[in-house]
Amino acid sequence: MEIIDTIIGKNGLVFAFLCVGIIMLFSSWVSKYITNKKIPGVAIAIIIGLSLAFLGDEKGISNIPLFAGMALLGGPMLRDFAVVATAMSADLSKIRQAGLAGLVSLLIGVFISFTMGVLIGLSMGYTNIESLTTIGAGACTYIVGPVTGTAIGASSDVIAISVATGVVKTIFATIGTPLIAKKIKLDNPHAAIVFGGLIGTTSGVVAGLAATDEELVPYGALTSTFYTGIGCLLCPSLFYVILRFLDI
Amino acid sequence: MKIYGVALLAACFLMGKLLGRLLGHLINIDSDIGGVGFAMFLLMTSSIYLRKKKWLVLETEKGIWFWSSMYIPIIVAMTSTLNVKAALSGGFLAIILGIGATAVCMLMVPLISKIGREKSIDSQKK
Repeated sequence: MEIIDTIIGKNGLVFAFLCVGIIMLFSSWVSKYITNKKIPGVAIAIIIGLSLAFLGDEKGISNIPLFAGMALLGGPMLRDFAVVATAMSADLSKIRQAGLAGLVSLLIGVFISFTMGVLIGLSMGYTNIESLTTIGAGACTYIVGPVTGTAIGASSDVIAISVATGVVKTIFATIGTPLIAKKIKLDNPHAAIVFGGLIGTTSGVVAGLAATDEELVPYGALTSTFYTGIGCLLCPSLFYVILRFLDI
Repeated sequence: MKIYGVALLAACFLMGKLLGRLLGHLINIDSDIGGVGFAMFLLMTSSIYLRKKKWLVLETEKGIWFWSSMYIPIIVAMTSTLNVKAALSGGFLAIILGIGATAVCMLMVPLISKIGREKSIDSQKK
């Protein structure tokens, strides 16, 4: 056993390739023979991934030393690298056409999420403006929340709630997108660009679109990568000032 | 050689990240604004340019396609490293808000993509 531990410990990334390969193989088998292709294999693989995350703590399954390589394979560096590569299959003219819609969706997406955060925060008894701003920022993404909270000096438990909200958003986008895609007519590049701008959490958008229709991924990724930046720009400045001015 | 494709991808990726950081620096935020988005634009435009020049051969492209096909396994690995316990322990507020905000934004998709589409049809008519 010790020898195996050493081999895997020293070759974590390679072991992660093997693990993910097995998950993909198993989920496409389940998709084909058990669900009769009604649920895409990618969606099943993502749900398996999420359930595996329960085995660990703040870094999911990679908290277990044996699976530390998963953090490298699923980390931001390789994720962004692979997502950029998907641009090869994107059609530039379609992006140009949806450019304005993408920009509008980004601004509306940040605004709606923030406003909902403030309203729900208020209804749950938070009255402190710093707390409300941070909760609203957390409803954008799990990066905007702590960035905003730290900038305006919110308490650490509120920052923790904002991070949790952002993670719930990612998970819900991952599971919910394939279920709701037909109803919201998310079946073309134009809608995917708008979707990416509205939802904004890149990991959730990319995972959700992958489970819906792989061809839509580059379009959604394109807009959603601007979302966190815009959120970090607006929440601790303009939105915070507006809330202070309203003096709820 | 496939490595040329991977190197082109890496160049676009790093340039994009740099632009994203610079944009963040410009407006005083310590974060990357649209780095991946810029990188995707760079890759799209440079591959179109290189294809026209006939410098982008199939073998080179394969290096990029490999990484493009790796993103789903990478996303699966990523989901297994999410902090799902924190998501649940953030309490009622985090769960209601996370789901509520996402659902409302999802329902806005048909509305906003309609606005954009009318505009793009208008501009085509012009």
